[in-house]
Amino acid sequence: MRDKLINLKINGKKYQITVKSNTLLLNLLRELGYTDPKYGCGIGECGACSVLLDGQLTLSCLTLAISCDNKEVITAAGLSEKDQLHPLAQSLIEHAAIQCGFCTPGMIIAGKSLLDKNPNPTEEDVRQYLRGNLCRCTGYAPIVEAVLDQARKSKS
Amino acid sequence: MNTNTKILPLEFEYYEPENLDEALELLSRFKERARIIAGGTDLLVKMKRELLKPEVLISLSRISNLKYIDEGEGSLRIGAGTPLSEIENNPTVERSYSALFEAVRSMAAPAIRNMGTIGGNLANASPACDTAPPLLVYGSSLKIKSKGNERVVPLEEFFLGPGITVLSPEELIAEIQISQSEPPKGSAFLKLGRVSADIAKINVAVYLKREGKRCSCCRIAFGSVAPTPLRIYQAEKMAEGEIFEEQVIKKVALECQKQIKPIDDVRSSKDYRVWVSAILAEEALKAAWLRSEGSL
Ligand SMILES: Cc1cc2nc3c(=O)[nH]c(=O)nc-3n(C[C@H](O)[C@H](O)[C@H](O)COP(=O)(O)OP(=O)(O)OC[C@H]3O[C@@H](n4cnc5c(N)ncnc54)[C@H](O)[C@@H]3O)c2cc1C
Ligand code: FES
Ligand code: FES
Repeated sequence: MRDKLINLKINGKKYQITVKSNTLLLNLLRELGYTDPKYGCGIGECGACSVLLDGQLTLSCLTLAISCDNKEVITAAGLSEKDQLHPLAQSLIEHAAIQCGFCTPGMIIAGKSLLDKNPNPTEEDVRQYLRGNLCRCTGYAPIVEAVLDQARKSKS
Repeated sequence: MNTNTKILPLEFEYYEPENLDEALELLSRFKERARIIAGGTDLLVKMKRELLKPEVLISLSRISNLKYIDEGEGSLRIGAGTPLSEIENNPTVERSYSALFEAVRSMAAPAIRNMGTIGGNLANASPACDTAPPLLVYGSSLKIKSKGNERVVPLEEFFLGPGITVLSPEELIAEIQISQSEPPKGSAFLKLGRVSADIAKINVAVYLKREGKRCSCCRIAFGSVAPTPLRIYQAEKMAEGEIFEEQVIKKVALECQKQIKPIDDVRSSKDYRVWVSAILAEEALKAAWLRSEGSL
Protein backbone atom coordinates (compact mmCIF):
# COMPACT_ATOMS: atom_id res chain seq x y z
CA MET A 1 0.00 0.00 0.00
CA ARG A 2 1.31 3.41 -0.89
CA ASP A 3 -1.41 5.20 1.02
CA LYS A 4 -3.89 4.19 3.62
CA LEU A 5 -6.98 5.43 5.40
CA ILE A 6 -6.09 5.66 9.07
CA ASN A 7 -8.05 6.38 12.23
CA LEU A 8 -6.18 8.67 14.53
CA LYS A 9 -7.07 10.53 17.70
CA ILE A 10 -5.21 13.79 18.26
CA ASN A 11 -5.64 15.64 21.54
CA GLY A 12 -9.01 13.94 21.98
CA LYS A 13 -10.32 14.69 18.49
CA LYS A 14 -10.96 11.81 16.09
CA TYR A 15 -9.70 11.85 12.51
CA GLN A 16 -10.17 9.55 9.57
CA ILE A 17 -7.63 10.55 7.03
CA THR A 18 -5.73 9.11 4.06
CA VAL A 19 -1.97 9.40 4.44
CA LYS A 20 0.86 8.62 2.05
CA SER A 21 3.40 5.99 3.06
CA ASN A 22 6.17 8.59 3.33
CA THR A 23 4.23 11.16 5.38
CA LEU A 24 5.83 11.74 8.76
CA LEU A 25 3.64 12.10 11.82
CA LEU A 26 5.21 15.50 12.53
CA ASN A 27 4.20 16.87 9.13
CA LEU A 28 0.69 15.42 9.38
CA LEU A 29 0.20 17.05 12.78
CA ARG A 30 1.43 20.41 11.57
CA GLU A 31 -0.72 20.30 8.43
CA LEU A 32 -3.75 19.60 10.61
CA GLY A 33 -2.95 22.73 12.63
CA TYR A 34 -1.19 21.14 15.59
CA THR A 35 1.86 23.35 15.30
CA ASP A 36 3.21 22.94 18.82
CA PRO A 37 5.47 19.99 17.91
CA LYS A 38 8.36 21.64 16.09
CA TYR A 39 10.71 20.55 13.34
CA GLY A 40 14.19 21.10 14.75
CA CYS A 41 16.57 18.53 13.32
CA GLY A 42 14.49 15.78 11.73
CA ILE A 43 16.98 13.12 12.83
CA GLY A 44 16.07 12.39 16.43
CA GLU A 45 18.65 14.66 18.06
CA CYS A 46 16.70 17.60 19.48
CA GLY A 47 13.34 16.47 20.90
CA ALA A 48 11.42 19.51 19.60
CA CYS A 49 8.96 17.19 17.82
CA SER A 50 8.18 15.08 20.93
CA VAL A 51 4.61 13.82 21.37
CA LEU A 52 2.93 11.09 23.38
CA LEU A 53 1.90 8.21 21.11
CA ASP A 54 -0.41 5.86 23.00
CA GLY A 55 1.08 7.42 26.12
CA GLN A 56 4.72 6.78 25.13
CA LEU A 57 7.24 9.56 24.63
CA THR A 58 7.89 9.48 20.86
CA LEU A 59 9.67 11.58 18.26
CA SER A 60 7.16 12.50 15.56
CA CYS A 61 9.93 13.37 13.04
CA LEU A 62 10.94 9.69 12.95
CA THR A 63 7.44 8.20 13.01
CA LEU A 64 5.50 7.24 9.88
CA ALA A 65 1.94 8.57 9.99
CA ILE A 66 0.81 5.37 8.25
CA SER A 67 2.01 3.38 11.28
CA CYS A 68 -0.34 5.29 13.60
CA ASP A 69 -3.63 3.64 12.62
CA ASN A 70 -5.92 3.37 15.67
CA LYS A 71 -3.45 5.21 17.86
CA GLU A 72 -3.75 8.29 20.01
CA VAL A 73 -1.44 11.30 19.83
CA ILE A 74 -1.14 13.93 22.52
CA THR A 75 0.84 17.10 21.91
CA ALA A 76 1.84 19.69 24.50
CA ALA A 77 -1.20 21.84 23.69
CA GLY A 78 -3.40 18.81 24.27
CA LEU A 79 -2.35 18.74 27.91
CA SER A 80 -4.03 22.06 28.65
CA GLU A 81 -7.67 22.06 29.62
CA LYS A 82 -9.72 24.81 28.01
CA ASP A 83 -7.93 28.02 28.95
CA GLN A 84 -6.06 26.39 31.81
CA LEU A 85 -2.41 25.68 31.04
CA HIS A 86 -1.00 22.35 32.15
CA PRO A 87 0.66 22.88 35.57
CA LEU A 88 4.06 21.99 34.12
CA ALA A 89 3.66 24.68 31.44
CA GLN A 90 2.71 27.13 34.19
CA SER A 91 5.75 26.09 36.19
CA LEU A 92 8.04 26.70 33.19
CA ILE A 93 6.63 30.21 32.90
CA GLU A 94 7.11 30.91 36.60
CA HIS A 95 10.74 29.78 36.47
CA ALA A 96 11.50 31.87 33.40
CA ALA A 97 12.34 28.59 31.69
CA ILE A 98 10.98 29.79 28.35
CA GLN A 99 12.92 32.22 26.20
CA CYS A 100 12.34 31.73 22.47
CA GLY A 101 9.98 28.86 23.30
CA PHE A 102 11.00 26.60 20.44
CA CYS A 103 11.96 23.73 22.72
CA THR A 104 9.07 24.27 25.14
CA PRO A 105 6.39 21.94 23.68
CA GLY A 106 8.92 19.09 23.62
CA MET A 107 10.08 19.91 27.15
CA ILE A 108 6.50 19.88 28.43
CA ILE A 109 5.76 16.50 26.81
CA ALA A 110 9.02 14.94 28.02
CA GLY A 111 8.62 16.47 31.49
CA LYS A 112 5.07 15.16 31.80
CA SER A 113 6.19 11.73 30.60
CA LEU A 114 8.84 11.69 33.33
CA LEU A 115 6.48 12.82 36.12
CA ASP A 116 3.91 10.18 35.08
CA LYS A 117 6.55 7.49 35.54
CA ASN A 118 8.41 8.99 38.45
CA PRO A 119 6.51 11.56 40.55
CA ASN A 120 9.53 12.18 42.83
CA PRO A 121 12.50 12.63 40.51
CA THR A 122 15.91 13.80 41.65
CA GLU A 123 17.72 16.52 39.73
CA GLU A 124 19.82 13.79 38.09
CA ASP A 125 16.63 11.91 37.06
CA VAL A 126 15.29 15.06 35.40
CA ARG A 127 18.55 15.78 33.59
CA GLN A 128 18.78 12.17 32.38
CA TYR A 129 15.18 12.09 31.19
CA LEU A 130 15.36 15.41 29.38
CA ARG A 131 18.72 14.72 27.81
CA GLY A 132 17.17 14.27 24.37
CA ASN A 133 15.54 17.71 24.49
CA LEU A 134 17.88 20.48 23.46
CA CYS A 135 17.44 24.12 24.43
CA ARG A 136 19.57 26.83 22.83
CA CYS A 137 18.46 29.62 25.16
CA THR A 138 17.97 28.87 28.83
CA GLY A 139 21.01 26.82 29.81
CA TYR A 140 18.62 24.16 31.19
CA ALA A 141 18.87 25.10 34.90
CA PRO A 142 15.47 26.86 35.02
CA ILE A 143 13.83 24.04 33.04
CA VAL A 144 15.14 21.39 35.43
CA GLU A 145 14.06 23.52 38.39
CA ALA A 146 10.56 23.98 36.89
CA VAL A 147 10.08 20.22 36.56
CA LEU A 148 11.37 19.59 40.10
CA ASP A 149 9.16 22.33 41.48
CA GLN A 150 6.12 20.89 39.71
CA ALA A 151 6.89 17.49 41.26
CA ARG A 152 7.07 19.10 44.73
CA LYS A 153 3.83 21.03 44.18
CA SER A 154 1.81 18.03 43.05
CA LYS A 155 2.92 16.18 46.17
CA SER A 156 1.60 18.81 48.55
CA MET B 1 25.05 16.90 0.26
CA ASN B 2 21.92 18.98 0.38
CA THR B 3 19.53 16.99 2.55
CA ASN B 4 16.12 18.00 3.73
CA THR B 5 15.53 16.01 6.91
CA LYS B 6 12.04 17.42 7.24
CA ILE B 7 10.60 14.95 4.76
CA LEU B 8 11.03 11.43 3.46
CA PRO B 9 11.59 12.16 -0.21
CA LEU B 10 10.40 8.87 -1.69
CA GLU B 11 7.18 6.90 -1.40
CA PHE B 12 7.25 3.16 -0.77
CA GLU B 13 4.84 0.32 -0.26
CA TYR B 14 4.09 -0.20 3.42
CA TYR B 15 3.08 -3.47 5.08
CA GLU B 16 2.20 -4.02 8.70
CA PRO B 17 1.92 -7.78 9.22
CA GLU B 18 0.20 -8.96 12.40
CA ASN B 19 2.29 -12.09 12.84
CA LEU B 20 5.73 -13.47 12.11
CA ASP B 21 4.69 -15.89 9.35
CA GLU B 22 3.09 -13.08 7.40
CA ALA B 23 6.26 -10.99 7.78
CA LEU B 24 8.44 -13.87 6.56
CA GLU B 25 6.10 -14.43 3.61
CA LEU B 26 6.44 -10.75 2.64
CA LEU B 27 10.23 -10.89 2.97
CA SER B 28 10.43 -13.91 0.70
CA ARG B 29 8.13 -12.20 -1.80
CA PHE B 30 9.98 -8.87 -2.03
CA LYS B 31 13.55 -9.91 -1.15
CA GLU B 32 16.11 -7.10 -1.68
CA ARG B 33 13.38 -4.66 -2.72
CA ALA B 34 12.16 -4.64 0.88
CA ARG B 35 13.51 -3.45 4.20
CA ILE B 36 12.32 -4.27 7.66
CA ILE B 37 11.35 -1.33 9.81
CA ALA B 38 11.28 -1.88 13.58
CA GLY B 39 11.60 1.39 15.52
CA GLY B 40 12.80 3.25 12.44
CA THR B 41 15.34 5.27 14.42
CA ASP B 42 18.22 4.17 12.20
CA LEU B 43 16.34 3.35 9.03
CA LEU B 44 14.31 6.55 8.63
CA VAL B 45 17.39 8.71 9.21
CA LYS B 46 19.15 6.82 6.41
CA MET B 47 16.09 7.13 4.13
CA LYS B 48 15.89 10.87 4.79
CA ARG B 49 19.52 11.13 3.76
CA GLU B 50 18.77 8.95 0.72
CA LEU B 51 21.44 6.47 1.75
CA LEU B 52 18.72 3.83 1.44
CA LYS B 53 15.80 3.82 -0.98
CA PRO B 54 13.69 0.76 -0.23
CA GLU B 55 10.66 0.17 -2.45
CA VAL B 56 8.86 -1.74 0.28
CA LEU B 57 8.85 -1.39 4.07
CA ILE B 58 7.73 -4.29 6.25
CA SER B 59 6.97 -3.11 9.77
CA LEU B 60 7.49 -5.37 12.77
CA SER B 61 5.66 -3.01 15.11
CA ARG B 62 2.37 -4.94 15.29
CA ILE B 63 3.93 -8.37 15.77
CA SER B 64 3.39 -8.92 19.48
CA ASN B 65 5.29 -12.21 19.62
CA LEU B 66 8.54 -10.43 18.77
CA LYS B 67 8.24 -8.39 21.98
CA TYR B 68 9.10 -10.34 25.10
CA ILE B 69 11.77 -11.00 27.69
CA ASP B 70 11.77 -14.61 28.95
CA GLU B 71 13.95 -15.40 31.92
CA GLY B 72 15.36 -18.72 33.02
CA GLU B 73 18.12 -19.69 35.45
CA GLY B 74 21.12 -18.02 33.79
CA SER B 75 19.30 -17.68 30.48
CA LEU B 76 17.54 -14.80 28.83
CA ARG B 77 15.57 -14.73 25.59
CA ILE B 78 14.67 -11.36 24.17
CA GLY B 79 12.32 -10.92 21.23
CA ALA B 80 14.08 -8.89 18.53
CA GLY B 81 11.23 -6.36 18.41
CA THR B 82 11.50 -5.54 22.11
CA PRO B 83 11.97 -1.79 22.65
CA LEU B 84 15.17 -0.78 24.42
CA SER B 85 13.17 0.88 27.21
CA GLU B 86 11.54 -2.45 28.10
CA ILE B 87 14.95 -4.04 28.48
CA GLU B 88 16.09 -1.11 30.62
CA ASN B 89 13.02 -1.48 32.85
CA ASN B 90 13.29 -5.25 33.28
CA PRO B 91 14.29 -6.03 36.91
CA THR B 92 16.26 -9.17 36.00
CA VAL B 93 18.30 -7.29 33.43
CA GLU B 94 19.03 -4.56 35.95
CA ARG B 95 19.97 -7.04 38.69
CA SER B 96 21.89 -9.74 36.82
CA TYR B 97 22.94 -8.37 33.43
CA SER B 98 24.64 -5.13 34.48
CA ALA B 99 26.60 -4.65 31.26
CA LEU B 100 23.48 -4.91 29.10
CA PHE B 101 21.54 -2.67 31.47
CA GLU B 102 24.28 -0.03 31.44
CA ALA B 103 24.59 -0.20 27.67
CA VAL B 104 20.89 0.34 27.06
CA ARG B 105 20.81 3.09 29.69
CA SER B 106 23.64 4.88 27.90
CA MET B 107 21.85 4.95 24.57
CA ALA B 108 20.34 8.09 23.09
CA ALA B 109 17.47 9.48 25.19
CA PRO B 110 14.17 8.09 26.52
CA ALA B 111 12.11 8.72 23.36
CA ILE B 112 14.59 6.87 21.12
CA ARG B 113 14.73 4.04 23.67
CA ASN B 114 10.92 3.75 23.53
CA MET B 115 11.05 3.56 19.74
CA GLY B 116 14.28 1.68 19.00
CA THR B 117 14.54 -2.08 19.36
CA ILE B 118 17.37 -4.43 20.29
CA GLY B 119 17.00 -6.31 16.98
CA GLY B 120 17.29 -3.03 15.07
CA ASN B 121 20.40 -2.07 17.01
CA LEU B 122 22.13 -5.33 16.04
CA ALA B 123 20.85 -5.57 12.45
CA ASN B 124 21.97 -2.01 11.81
CA ALA B 125 25.50 -3.30 12.53
CA SER B 126 27.14 -0.02 13.41
CA PRO B 127 30.65 -0.63 14.81
CA ALA B 128 29.55 1.66 17.67
CA CYS B 129 26.36 -0.30 18.40
CA ASP B 130 26.00 -0.30 22.19
CA THR B 131 24.19 -3.59 22.81
CA ALA B 132 26.80 -5.68 20.95
CA PRO B 133 29.72 -5.59 23.46
CA PRO B 134 27.59 -6.80 26.40
CA LEU B 135 25.84 -9.42 24.29
CA LEU B 136 29.24 -10.61 23.00
CA VAL B 137 30.68 -11.07 26.48
CA TYR B 138 27.58 -13.03 27.54
CA GLY B 139 28.20 -15.37 24.58
CA SER B 140 24.83 -14.58 22.98
CA SER B 141 23.32 -16.13 19.88
CA LEU B 142 20.69 -14.92 17.46
CA LYS B 143 17.72 -16.91 16.27
CA ILE B 144 17.33 -16.00 12.61
CA LYS B 145 14.25 -16.88 10.60
CA SER B 146 13.15 -16.90 7.00
CA LYS B 147 10.13 -18.52 5.39
CA GLY B 148 10.28 -22.19 6.36
CA ASN B 149 13.76 -21.87 7.84
CA GLU B 150 15.43 -21.17 11.14
CA ARG B 151 19.09 -21.00 12.16
CA VAL B 152 20.97 -19.98 15.28
CA VAL B 153 24.07 -17.85 14.77
CA PRO B 154 26.56 -16.90 17.51
CA LEU B 155 26.63 -13.09 17.72
CA GLU B 156 30.39 -13.27 17.14
CA GLU B 157 29.76 -14.57 13.63
CA PHE B 158 26.90 -12.18 12.86
CA PHE B 159 28.73 -8.95 11.98
CA LEU B 160 30.77 -8.83 8.78
CA GLY B 161 31.56 -5.11 8.55
CA PRO B 162 30.00 -1.68 9.08
CA GLY B 163 26.31 -2.14 8.21
CA ILE B 164 26.96 -5.66 6.93
CA THR B 165 25.76 -8.88 8.59
CA VAL B 166 25.19 -12.51 7.69
CA LEU B 167 21.45 -11.82 7.19
CA SER B 168 20.12 -12.53 3.71
CA PRO B 169 17.37 -10.24 2.38
CA GLU B 170 14.78 -12.89 3.23
CA GLU B 171 15.84 -13.26 6.86
CA LEU B 172 15.08 -11.46 10.07
CA ILE B 173 16.36 -11.69 13.63
CA ALA B 174 13.62 -13.25 15.72
CA GLU B 175 15.31 -13.61 19.10
CA ILE B 176 18.44 -12.79 21.08
CA GLN B 177 19.49 -15.67 23.30
CA ILE B 178 21.79 -15.60 26.30
CA SER B 179 22.48 -18.93 27.87
CA GLN B 180 24.83 -19.18 30.83
CA SER B 181 25.10 -21.74 33.60
CA GLU B 182 24.33 -18.95 36.08
CA PRO B 183 23.27 -15.28 35.87
CA PRO B 184 26.34 -13.27 34.74
CA LYS B 185 26.61 -11.16 37.87
CA GLY B 186 30.12 -9.78 37.32
CA SER B 187 29.66 -7.65 34.23
CA ALA B 188 30.10 -3.98 33.36
CA PHE B 189 29.82 -1.66 30.37
CA LEU B 190 31.52 1.69 29.84
CA LYS B 191 31.29 4.15 26.99
CA LEU B 192 32.84 7.43 26.03
CA GLY B 193 30.84 9.85 23.94
CA ARG B 194 31.02 13.57 23.33
CA VAL B 195 28.00 14.14 25.54
CA SER B 196 26.16 11.59 27.64
CA ALA B 197 23.48 10.71 25.06
CA ASP B 198 25.91 10.40 22.20
CA ILE B 199 26.89 7.50 20.01
CA ALA B 200 30.12 5.96 21.30
CA LYS B 201 33.62 7.11 20.43
CA ILE B 202 34.55 3.84 22.04
CA ASN B 203 32.74 1.37 24.31
CA VAL B 204 33.67 -1.76 26.23
CA ALA B 205 31.97 -4.59 28.10
CA VAL B 206 33.58 -7.03 30.53
CA TYR B 207 32.24 -10.22 32.09
CA LEU B 208 34.22 -11.99 34.81
CA LYS B 209 33.74 -15.12 36.87
CA ARG B 210 35.50 -15.47 40.18
CA GLU B 211 36.81 -18.42 42.17
CA GLY B 212 38.03 -17.00 45.46
CA LYS B 213 40.75 -14.51 44.59
CA ARG B 214 41.25 -15.90 41.11
CA CYS B 215 39.52 -14.98 37.91
CA SER B 216 38.17 -18.19 36.37
CA CYS B 217 36.68 -16.67 33.24
CA CYS B 218 37.23 -13.32 31.55
CA ARG B 219 35.52 -11.89 28.48
CA ILE B 220 36.16 -8.47 27.02
CA ALA B 221 34.50 -6.85 23.99
CA PHE B 222 35.08 -3.43 22.46
CA GLY B 223 33.00 -1.34 20.06
CA SER B 224 34.15 1.43 17.69
CA VAL B 225 37.69 0.09 17.48
CA ALA B 226 37.31 -2.04 14.34
CA PRO B 227 34.82 -2.54 11.47
CA THR B 228 32.71 -4.69 13.81
CA PRO B 229 32.32 -5.03 17.60
CA LEU B 230 35.12 -7.32 18.79
CA ARG B 231 36.14 -9.80 21.49
CA ILE B 232 39.77 -9.40 22.67
CA TYR B 233 40.81 -13.00 23.30
CA GLN B 234 44.51 -12.38 23.87
CA ALA B 235 43.73 -10.05 26.77
CA GLU B 236 41.08 -12.38 28.18
CA LYS B 237 43.59 -15.25 28.38
CA MET B 238 46.01 -13.14 30.40
CA ALA B 239 43.40 -12.75 33.15
CA GLU B 240 42.15 -16.31 33.40
CA GLY B 241 43.50 -18.32 36.32
CA GLU B 242 45.29 -15.30 37.76
CA ILE B 243 44.89 -13.75 41.19
CA PHE B 244 42.98 -10.65 40.24
CA GLU B 245 44.97 -7.69 41.47
CA GLU B 246 46.12 -4.28 40.28
CA GLN B 247 49.14 -5.57 38.32
CA VAL B 248 47.18 -8.20 36.43
CA ILE B 249 44.38 -5.76 35.64
CA LYS B 250 46.89 -3.26 34.23
CA LYS B 251 48.54 -5.94 32.11
CA VAL B 252 45.20 -7.09 30.69
CA ALA B 253 44.14 -3.50 29.97
CA LEU B 254 47.40 -2.78 28.14
CA GLU B 255 46.96 -5.92 26.06
CA CYS B 256 43.52 -4.61 24.99
CA GLN B 257 45.19 -1.39 23.93
CA LYS B 258 47.70 -3.37 21.86
CA GLN B 259 45.09 -5.52 20.16
CA ILE B 260 42.58 -2.91 18.97
CA LYS B 261 42.82 -1.33 15.51
CA PRO B 262 40.70 1.83 15.52
CA ILE B 263 40.55 4.46 12.79
CA ASP B 264 40.11 8.24 12.61
CA ASP B 265 36.51 9.23 11.95
CA VAL B 266 34.01 12.00 12.69
CA ARG B 267 33.57 10.93 16.31
CA SER B 268 37.15 10.55 17.40
CA SER B 269 40.74 9.95 16.36
CA LYS B 270 42.69 6.71 16.23
CA ASP B 271 45.22 8.02 18.75
CA TYR B 272 42.63 9.07 21.28
CA ARG B 273 40.82 5.75 21.02
CA VAL B 274 44.03 3.80 21.55
CA TRP B 275 45.06 5.96 24.47
CA VAL B 276 41.73 5.80 26.25
CA SER B 277 41.04 2.09 25.62
CA ALA B 278 43.39 0.93 28.37
CA ILE B 279 41.80 3.25 30.92
CA LEU B 280 38.32 2.16 29.93
CA ALA B 281 39.28 -1.52 30.05
CA GLU B 282 40.85 -1.11 33.48
CA GLU B 283 37.79 0.57 34.92
CA ALA B 284 35.40 -1.96 33.41
CA LEU B 285 37.51 -4.87 34.68
CA LYS B 286 37.47 -3.42 38.20
CA ALA B 287 33.73 -2.73 38.14
CA ALA B 288 32.96 -6.25 36.91
CA TRP B 289 35.24 -7.79 39.55
CA LEU B 290 33.59 -5.87 42.38
CA ARG B 291 30.18 -6.96 41.09
CA SER B 292 31.27 -10.59 41.20
CA GLU B 293 31.90 -9.81 44.87
CA GLY B 294 35.65 -9.93 44.52
CA SER B 295 37.76 -7.50 46.52
CA LEU B 296 40.47 -5.20 45.22
C1 LIG C 1 19.46 10.60 18.08
C2 LIG C 1 19.89 9.16 18.03
C3 LIG C 1 20.74 8.66 19.01
C4 LIG C 1 21.16 7.34 18.97
N1 LIG C 1 22.00 6.90 19.95
C5 LIG C 1 22.45 5.61 19.91
C6 LIG C 1 23.37 5.14 20.91
O1 LIG C 1 23.73 5.85 21.84
N2 LIG C 1 23.83 3.86 20.79
C7 LIG C 1 23.43 3.04 19.77
O2 LIG C 1 23.89 1.89 19.74
N3 LIG C 1 22.56 3.46 18.84
C8 LIG C 1 22.05 4.71 18.87
N4 LIG C 1 21.18 5.15 17.91
C9 LIG C 1 20.80 4.24 16.82
C10 LIG C 1 19.44 3.54 16.97
O3 LIG C 1 18.55 4.27 17.75
C11 LIG C 1 19.58 2.16 17.54
O4 LIG C 1 20.48 1.42 16.75
C12 LIG C 1 18.25 1.40 17.62
O5 LIG C 1 18.35 0.30 18.49
C13 LIG C 1 17.76 0.90 16.26
O6 LIG C 1 16.58 0.15 16.41
P1 LIG C 1 15.29 0.40 15.52
O7 LIG C 1 14.28 -0.58 15.98
O8 LIG C 1 14.90 1.83 15.54
O9 LIG C 1 15.88 0.00 14.09
P2 LIG C 1 15.34 0.39 12.63
O10 LIG C 1 15.77 1.75 12.28
O11 LIG C 1 13.90 0.05 12.51
O12 LIG C 1 16.18 -0.68 11.80
C14 LIG C 1 17.59 -0.59 11.68
C15 LIG C 1 18.06 -1.61 10.65
O13 LIG C 1 17.87 -2.94 11.10
C16 LIG C 1 16.97 -3.67 10.27
N5 LIG C 1 16.14 -4.46 11.19
C17 LIG C 1 15.40 -3.99 12.23
N6 LIG C 1 14.88 -5.01 12.94
C18 LIG C 1 15.31 -6.16 12.34
C19 LIG C 1 15.12 -7.55 12.62
N7 LIG C 1 14.40 -7.99 13.66
N8 LIG C 1 15.72 -8.46 11.79
C20 LIG C 1 16.47 -8.04 10.75
N9 LIG C 1 16.70 -6.74 10.43
C21 LIG C 1 16.11 -5.81 11.23
C22 LIG C 1 16.26 -2.63 9.44
O14 LIG C 1 15.90 -3.14 8.17
C23 LIG C 1 17.31 -1.54 9.33
O15 LIG C 1 18.20 -1.83 8.31
C24 LIG C 1 20.72 6.48 17.93
C25 LIG C 1 19.84 6.96 16.96
C26 LIG C 1 19.42 8.29 16.99
C27 LIG C 1 18.47 8.79 15.94
S1 FES D 1 12.87 17.31 15.03
FE1 FES D 1 12.50 15.37 15.89
S2 FES D 1 14.14 15.15 17.24
FE2 FES D 1 14.63 17.03 16.25
S1 FES E 1 13.80 28.48 25.02
FE1 FES E 1 14.75 28.75 23.11
S2 FES E 1 15.36 26.74 22.66
FE2 FES E 1 14.67 26.55 24.65
